[in-house]
Parts: sequence; C-alpha cells; structure tokens
Amino acid sequence: MQWETVIGLEIHAQLATKTKIFSGSSSAFGAAPNSQACAGDLAMPGTLPVLNEEAVRMAYLFGLAVDAEIGEVSRFDRKNYFYPDLPSGYQTSQMDLPIVGKGHMDITLEDGSTKRIGITRAHLEEDAGKSLHEDFSGMTGIDLNRAGSTLLEIVSEPELRSAKEAVAYARAIHSLVQYLGVCDGNMAEGSFRCDCNVSIRPVGQEEFGVRAEIKNVNSFRFIERAINSEIRRQIEVLEDGGTLVQQTRLYDPAKDETRAMRSKEEATDYRYVPCPNLLPVVIERSYLEQLRTTLPELPVQKRERFQSEFSLSAYDASVLTASRAMADYYEQVQKTCGDAKLAANWVMGELSSLLNKDSLEIGQSPVSAEQLGGLLVRIKDNTISGNIAKTVFEAIAQGEGCADDIIEKRGLKQVTDSGAIEAILDEMLAANAAEVEEYRTADENRRSRMFGFFIGQAMKASRGKANPQQVNQLLRQKLEG
Amino acid sequence: MHQQTLAQQSQALAKGDYSARELTSHYLQRIEQFDSQLNSFIAVTTEQALAQADAADAARKSGTVTSLTGVPLAHQDVFCSQGTRTSCGSKMLDNFIAPYNAHLLEQLQLAGSVSLGKTNMDEFAMTATGQSSFYGPTSNPWDALRISGGAASGSAVAVAAGLVAASTACDTFGDLRLPAAHNGLTGLKASYGRISRFGMTANASSFDQAGFITRTAEDAALLLQVAAGFDTRDSTCSQDTVADYNSSLNQPLSGLRIGIARCLFDASVDSRIADLVLASAGQLQQLGAILIDIELPHSAQSMACASIIGSGEASTNMSRFDGVRFGYRCADPADLDDLYQRSRGEAFGPAVQQRIMLGTHFLSANQYEDYYVQAQRVRRLIKQDLTSAFGQVDLILTPVTAALPRTASKTADPVSDWSCQRYTALANLAGLPALSMPCGQVDGLPVGTQLLAPWLQEARLLNAAHQYQQATDWHHSRPNGF
Repeated sequence: MQWETVIGLEIHAQLATKTKIFSGSSSAFGAAPNSQACAGDLAMPGTLPVLNEEAVRMAYLFGLAVDAEIGEVSRFDRKNYFYPDLPSGYQTSQMDLPIVGKGHMDITLEDGSTKRIGITRAHLEEDAGKSLHEDFSGMTGIDLNRAGSTLLEIVSEPELRSAKEAVAYARAIHSLVQYLGVCDGNMAEGSFRCDCNVSIRPVGQEEFGVRAEIKNVNSFRFIERAINSEIRRQIEVLEDGGTLVQQTRLYDPAKDETRAMRSKEEATDYRYVPCPNLLPVVIERSYLEQLRTTLPELPVQKRERFQSEFSLSAYDASVLTASRAMADYYEQVQKTCGDAKLAANWVMGELSSLLNKDSLEIGQSPVSAEQLGGLLVRIKDNTISGNIAKTVFEAIAQGEGCADDIIEKRGLKQVTDSGAIEAILDEMLAANAAEVEEYRTADENRRSRMFGFFIGQAMKASRGKANPQQVNQLLRQKLEG
Repeated sequence: MHQQTLAQQSQALAKGDYSARELTSHYLQRIEQFDSQLNSFIAVTTEQALAQADAADAARKSGTVTSLTGVPLAHQDVFCSQGTRTSCGSKMLDNFIAPYNAHLLEQLQLAGSVSLGKTNMDEFAMTATGQSSFYGPTSNPWDALRISGGAASGSAVAVAAGLVAASTACDTFGDLRLPAAHNGLTGLKASYGRISRFGMTANASSFDQAGFITRTAEDAALLLQVAAGFDTRDSTCSQDTVADYNSSLNQPLSGLRIGIARCLFDASVDSRIADLVLASAGQLQQLGAILIDIELPHSAQSMACASIIGSGEASTNMSRFDGVRFGYRCADPADLDDLYQRSRGEAFGPAVQQRIMLGTHFLSANQYEDYYVQAQRVRRLIKQDLTSAFGQVDLILTPVTAALPRTASKTADPVSDWSCQRYTALANLAGLPALSMPCGQVDGLPVGTQLLAPWLQEARLLNAAHQYQQATDWHHSRPNGF
C-alpha cells in the first residue's frame, strides 16, 4: 500500500529574555545548580508571578513575523501535574487564549518550490527545571535554574508530509526566531527543542491516522531520523495487520528507533484552570503597529533582496540567508570587497568548509568578515591569485593577522611584471626544449594538453606567484610566435 | 492599657503616658497569663517584640514617628515572616521559615509597629471554625464550649481577650469577619487588590484578601492607611490612589443610602440575630441614612459557587507542598509517588485533604464544564447583582452569619460549617470591601452586622461603621475574665 505521512511540529523556543517569565532571576545558561532560583522559582508560599514585559514583546514580534492573527486578550492557565522539577506543581501556560493565533511559514522544498505551512498558534509558558539522574546514586538531583525560563511554544498545522519537510520547517522557524533576536537558537543548550507528531494514512484517505508524539528532539538531524524511523515503525505495524495506539514516544539516537513513554490511557489529566494570580494580557493595536516598525528584514525578504541586489542564484541566496548571522557576515564581506559573486563563492566555499571541519557556528568563525573581505580585495586587484588566496586564508584562520600582513610577510605578492614573467617563461621553455619541439608539431588535441603542462611548469617556477592570466597570454605568444 | 483601642494607644505613646516597651511587656505578660487557655498564638516572638519596642521608643526620642510607632500587633500565621516560622496552622509548614516578609508585614514594620507573634488559624485557612489547626483549637473567650470561628481564629481571640489591640488576618470567604463577629470585634476585609497579597500564603487566590481585626473602625482605618497601596510583586494589586481613611471617619451619614436585601433575612437566619442586624440598620437610619430594599437574586448560590471555584484554586495552590523543596517530608520514601503520597498524606489534615480532593474533582476534564465553568457564570451573575444594587445604594447591609457559633464538641459537618460564610463570601466573590461589626448580643454572645461597599470604597465603610460605633456601645463589650 502507498502511505502518506502527516507531521505536525510543536517547537519550544526559549525566548532570550534576561530574566525569567514570572520572576527576576537570571535565565542565563550554565550557572551553578540552583544559583539562579529565587523564592518565587521555588514556589514558596505567598510568592506571586509577575509577567515579564519583554517576553510579551518577543511573542508578539514572532506573531507579526508569521503574519498571525493576534487576539486582543490572551490569558494564562495552570497545567497541573506533579514532578520534582516543577516546583509549583503546575506549569503556567496558555490554553484557550494564546498570545499568538493562526499564522504561517513558507518553506523551500528540495525541488526549489515553496510550500506554505500553517501555524496553529504560539503561546507563552514557563520551562521546568532539570532532573539530574546521573551523579547521584539512588537519588535524583534537581536543578531549578531553568525553572521559569520563558518558552514560546509554536504549534504547526499537520501539514508537513515528510521528514525533510519537517526539517525544512523547523529550520525556517529556527532561522526566523534568530532573525528576530528572540531566541539564541542554541539547540545543544536546549534553547530550541521540538516535539514531532507523526501519523500515516493510505494515500487518498482524508482521515488522519493514529498519531505518535515524539518528545524533545533536539537537533535537525535527529528530527529527520526520528520521524523516518517512526514512519517505518508505523508502516510495519499496519502492514503486519496490527493497530496503532496514540502514544508519546522518545527517540533513541543510538538505536535509531523510537520507544513508547506512555499511551493516551495513561495520559495525565492536566486540569487546566485560569491562573488567578495573572491578569489577562490586553494588547492595544497601536502597540502592535509600533512593534511592527521594529521588525527586522526577515529571511524571505532578505533572500529576495540578495537575488536582485547581488544577482545571486536562488540557491546561493537561500544558503546565505539561512541564518541572520550568516547573512550579516556575507553582507559585510560583500561590502568590503565590492564583489558579490566572489564573496558568495568564498563564504559558501572556503569559509563553510573551515567552519564545518571544526563544527563551528558562523559567530565563532576564526576569520572575521572584514578579514575575508580584505583578502578578496587582494584577489580582485591581482595582488594574489585565487590559489595563493587559499594559503593566505589558512594563515588568517591560524591567527596570523590580516591578508595584507601575511602577503607581505610571506612574500606572496603576485608577479605582474611582464618582463619578469617572460624571464621565467624563457627559462622554463629552455629547460623543456624537447617538449617545445613536440608541441610545435602536435595536433590540436595534444597541443591543448601540452599547453596545460607548460602553464603548470611556469606556475611552479614562479612558486605560484605569477599572474595566471599574464602567464597564459605570454606563453601562448611565445609558443605560437 | 489593654482596655484601650489601637488609636488610644497610639495617642498615649505620643503623649508619653507609657513607653512602647511598657505596653509590649504588658501584652507579653497577658499572653503568658492567658494564652495557654486560649491558644490564640502559635508563636510569641518575645525577644523580637521587645527589640522592636525599644527601637520604637528610640525612634520617638529622635522624632521620627508614625501613628503606628511602638504599637503592638499580632499577625495571622498565614503571612510569611522573615526568619521566624510561618506554619499556616499546618504540620506541612511546621519547619518552614520564609526568607522574606509578606508585603503587609513589611509595611506595618516600616511604620514602626511591634510584632508580638503569629496567631493560630485553621489549617491553611480551609475551615471557618478555629478547630482545625495542627497546633490545636483556638478557644472562644466568650464561651469556652463554643467554637471561636475562623479561619483567623487566633487573630480574633487575641484581640477579644486583650492580648493585643489589633491583628492582621486573611479573608477568603469571610475568614476574618466571621471570627470578628463571634468575638464582638470589628473585621475589615479590604477590596481585592487594595493590599498586596505578596507573602500571604494562598488559599483561593481570586478570593484571598488581607484585612484587620480590631476593636473599632477607627483602628481599622489606621491600619489600612499603612497597608493599602500598589506593590509591583502582586499583578492583581490596584494602582489607584489610596484614600484618606481617617479624615472621612467623621462625615455625617445623612443621605447615605443603605441597601437591604430581604432575601438574606429568611427563616434560615436565627430570628434573634436577624432582629439585631435589622436594628443596626435602624440605628444607621437614625444617624441619617436612608434604607432601600434591594434584590440580590443569585445570593443563595454564593457558597456553592465560592466553594467550587475556591476548592479548584486551592487544590492547585496546594500542589507546591510536595515534600521536595521545603516543608514536611515523610521518612524514608520508597520512590517518588511514595514521597508525594506520604508527605502530603501525613502532613495535611482532613479538612485540607478534603478541599484538595474536591478541587481536583471540580477541575478534572470530565467535570470542569459542569462545575467550574458553571460556577464562574454564577460568580459573574452575583457580581452583576451587586453592581446593579450599587447603582441604587451606597452600602449594603447583611448579617455576618445566620447562627451563633456552634458548640466545639459537636462533630464537624463540613457543609453547615461552610454555609456559615454564605453572606460574607458575597464580598470575596465580587472582590468588594466588607466590614463586620458587633451590633448586639444573643445569650450573652456577640452578634455581628456586615456592611459591603463598592470596590475601593473602604472609606465609606469605615465612615458608616465609625458613626455607628460613636452612637452604640457593643464594640466596648468584653468577654468576662479578660
């Protein structure tokens, strides 16, 4: 049977508020356990939540960026369940009246076409703390530093049809929240996590299949693998004549499989109830209009501008706008060297391989945009060749300074003096007199190959410094002449 | 000294009739003498009280004084007090010491008052009897065989017995007005949002509001003046300007329209009580007020409505007491569920467990629509009733409760114990300020009358009560032997 996959994602983006959503504690990552938890975060009696204004601004900014319906009133509710890292015994979240309503996100598919994915809603909520099961034999450690951190849960419509689409959507949201400056996007630190709702149905069937929710997937690679392994599992069960039950599952990357956590029957009744300690948030249109003016250029707009302004291909433009940091880097390189195409080639080529090799983010690049731009300037003005530039780039990455210093120090300046090049050529041709004789009598094909040989010898003799165009031109004159 | 009101003590201290240390020592001595019998205090903070009194005396010498400088107060053990235990009358918090002061305590301390200690209360304020504290029942100084009323039992009994001139208390459904009435005292519950709830342990958060149990309305005005105002730590706190409560006390009542809903004086009310309450209305009329009949058609549902929403909120508020971070933890838990079940099972008394069970039931997915949502509708209707009544009148007068306090030996019947708050809960359902004051006696026991005002109109309440107390003597009545 032909199966169709139906996927919806619930993305938890930790908003980059300095303090927590309902208390004044810092929400920075990596502090000593429980050093960033105040009486309110510990849910001590009589403490009360006070909503962080910045969290509200960030949520609305996201809403505007995905063109969402934004209701005049949103409200906080308590989601009740007991867990040691949930101090109050309820998570303050939003149920009936989320801060952001229906919106959408356009994603680019592999064939280059665009698909619009519906966003059901996005709501504010507090994060829980962390339970640490290792390091404490027979006990569980509780770290409440994260308890009360600001989360924006972004819920998509079940409109994704493959693991690849799901990843494209997750990447698009990931990129957007970073563009907006509302989330640092750091998946390793848990700032951006994803629950994947996956079901399958026979192609052509309208009704949804029974879904499984894969909890807390924290990398794009795992999103793709987790969904694919879950699809395989569901197909297997159904094709073996079995039935699926609605379940919460966990993805185990080591075994590349999902396993059941709990089924619907065991699901907690969260007993949602409006939080009596927080007033409804009532938003004025004028505030939203003011906020709209602060929206930065978004990925789609930037991609279009890169294509038109820099004459980049759709592919190049989309790679270079994948993150705001990448786009900013590229624009700086472009500005410094004044050659959009050259800048694009280097950022997507040498720079990307350098970053990939050491798994670095663009923000951690050992070569700054100014340094790379400075290097490209020297290619453009023929001070060095593209090949030599690669050597200089390596040196910059090793921390040896800017391009000009390295070129100077290592004597890499390109030879453009035609007299000097001719001398090199004459010496080289004399050393290869037999080959020169052979060239003169060879057919067109053979000549072409031999010409390459002479170029190689000439460049070798100049230790790569001779200007290749000049070498080419002068060599041809000498051989033909 | 202990026969004086708070206002009188404030003046005596100002005149130098006695020092704060003398007054404080006098009360500490009386607590020592009487409280083993009454059990109105959970903790008496002798050293701290004397130190605060000395500081107040020193401040007076240097000329930096307020009307509360050196005046002793007692605080219901529902308000967190930094460095001393805050138990809420429960085994659960028997070991809990808060690292912060409740906003109310902070304000009263800043004003220079002295804290004698923390008063006894029904466990987590979840009954209205004065019988359910982990530290034992509070005795009624008027009749030891009867209950004192609660939840703020200790705050009422301590004032009635002259162990302190005034106390703070929390009011969820009537928890301070009811024991005030049973003890012949004045009880003021402020408007929801008038006094910050920060540091006041929650029972039902949309109902809870602080207030005072005093001998007179004048004393309540003195305390409210210091306590009222905006606090950034409570999102539901009002930012409206605080009125000058003292200056409006002496306004004449001529033309003041007082509403009376006859449906609140039906056969379920002890007729002797109904007569006294109506007589208090007559007294106000003699002072110039106009009595107007009003309708409160949904008032009969007040307690059902309040108990559903209140239990729901209480059940989630109590979830934080789980034995993990603070409070009681059972010995040798086998696993996480065992830790939760036994810590909560061993430390919560029956009334609290019952409230949690009820609330959990009302909020569960298949009951929510039938109970909680319906109750929210009724709450809106009751609010509308009161709002439309206040279109015609300035105050509403009702009984505080329908019966005398029951005998302490009788087994608790939760439903009838709850229904004694059906008149007081109206104010909490609508967030309105309300005041109870003594208006007579039945069988030698005090009876109270209740006044309700529109939101933030505490000044009007206090004005009417003060004028009534200028013309009557009921608030001077004392239980025998104290």
